Amino acid sequence: MEQIKERHERELVLNLGPQHPSTHGVLRLKIEVEGETVIKCTPYVGYLHRGTEKLAEGMTYLQALPLTDRLDYVSSMTNNIGYCLAVEKLFGIEAPIRAKYIRTMIAEMTRISSHLLWLGTHALDLGAMTVFLYAFREREWILDLFETLCGARLTVSYPRIGGVRNDVSQEFIDSLYEFTNIFPSKVGEYETLIDKNRIWLMRTKGVGVISAEEAINWSLSGATLRGCGVNYDIRKKHPYDAYDLVEFDVPIGLNGDVYDRYLCRMEELRQSNRIIRQCIEKLPKGAILAPDAPKFTLPPKDKVLDNMETLIHHFTLITKGPMTAPKGEVYCCTEVPKGELGFYMVSDGTGKPYRMRIRSPSFVHVSALPALCEGGMIADVIANIGTIDVVLGECDR
Amino acid sequence: MEPHSVAERIREYFPEEVLSIEDFRDETTVTVKKESIYNICKFLKESSFLSMDFLRDVTALDWLGRKSLRYEVIYHIYSIKNECMIRLKVPVSDDDLYVDSVSTIWKGANWHERECYDMFGIVFSSHPDLRRILMPEDWEGYPLRKDYPAEGPQEEWRGFKEVLKKAEEYAKYEWNR
Repeated sequence: MEQIKERHERELVLNLGPQHPSTHGVLRLKIEVEGETVIKCTPYVGYLHRGTEKLAEGMTYLQALPLTDRLDYVSSMTNNIGYCLAVEKLFGIEAPIRAKYIRTMIAEMTRISSHLLWLGTHALDLGAMTVFLYAFREREWILDLFETLCGARLTVSYPRIGGVRNDVSQEFIDSLYEFTNIFPSKVGEYETLIDKNRIWLMRTKGVGVISAEEAINWSLSGATLRGCGVNYDIRKKHPYDAYDLVEFDVPIGLNGDVYDRYLCRMEELRQSNRIIRQCIEKLPKGAILAPDAPKFTLPPKDKVLDNMETLIHHFTLITKGPMTAPKGEVYCCTEVPKGELGFYMVSDGTGKPYRMRIRSPSFVHVSALPALCEGGMIADVIANIGTIDVVLGECDR
Repeated sequence: MEPHSVAERIREYFPEEVLSIEDFRDETTVTVKKESIYNICKFLKESSFLSMDFLRDVTALDWLGRKSLRYEVIYHIYSIKNECMIRLKVPVSDDDLYVDSVSTIWKGANWHERECYDMFGIVFSSHPDLRRILMPEDWEGYPLRKDYPAEGPQEEWRGFKEVLKKAEEYAKYEWNR
């Protein structure tokens, strides 16, 4: 009897990951448990570190763009936009209005596709298998749309400094419009699967609770922060692109648990759909690249082939690099599906960034994981990993 | 609230500590002395008027051969209430790499400071858990310093050699051998 008691009192160290299906990549957690209760949780990251910040220092502003695709590889479009906005702010240029609308549209498409991936895997982790299949059906549609737009499905590199690479086709617009017609009913469909599901409610309600003050102190952002009742959305507070020209609401949670964050993201799906629809309806005509963008961005390929000046321009951009940036530093943040993505660009007056710092939301969210997990049950660790919506490519950079 | 007025307020309260205030593209950078960073951060967070409660980012810069004090630690602090951001800068010399940690003010600073230590070798005193974070714990050198080669060190990392040795050892148990 005494032996059993002693064994119960001893803590057990459990290693979760880095190769574990529910860690969404290569996150490793060292968990100390007493019985079923988590006493201490220590995350270990860096398994996917590729030195993006170091690599960018040796590249021109144009060349560094594809690196940002590989940060959060499920929502590469918003990373590109964040990077382009930071460089535009540094150079002091602005994209034309049509490009702004296109960017807003594709950013929201990315938000939908990223949230669908989150929904599918989060539900899968918590034992609801079917949601995954439903969510991926619509995500596939979005990825197909990306393919018609720019030829790539995941690592798109579609936005450019001062605009976007190519104009949207009518075929793309038609298909997207059809998508926005159907999508709200599909969100309802996902909700019928889990919204009132007893197992889902028990696994998510009152789990991973974090207060609003604590969440701000941990620098959480995005839906993870809004689930705690903090009204902080960069699209509303500091609008970029066309977000000040469209109408949308920002869902806010109450209790700060996994369920509220789930509700927030589900409502964001509907709001994103609303934004896309407005963008299609309002899409103005005009240029897709800023008038002074040619100094930074390669001209369209078809014009290079039949216009002498454009060819020279293409040649100088490739051989000499783009125009030098003004000396200075900017911090530009955007609301990506995961939270707040910030680019801190420092320029020393040459054509290459002196330093490119990426403030990634996943990195901050993983650091707050012990605050969510400690004191809870061991099974809830999985729910907590899912609810902060972590992508390790972005966390490790 | 305008970021510049926040900067002026810092100067008002800490006239001795503020070295310079710069504006660029609607952003304000306040350079302050290293010794005062903890007090200024505490003031920014606890002042009910400013309430800079959200720490966006902590990072560093290496000005090798360009500035007399080689490093700069950079804090981006935001106020959710007032919707304004300020950038604090702390020059750090190569001989004295110690900076006071702000992780007791904002818990979110913990990992940013660890990354700063990992990449630049800046030591945050009174940090609760200052270990390497992205690189392996026994890594030598600080990758984001300007004198660190982008292609990596000449010699392979020790841990990688160990993995290769182990793989060789275990190869004899493979079924199709």
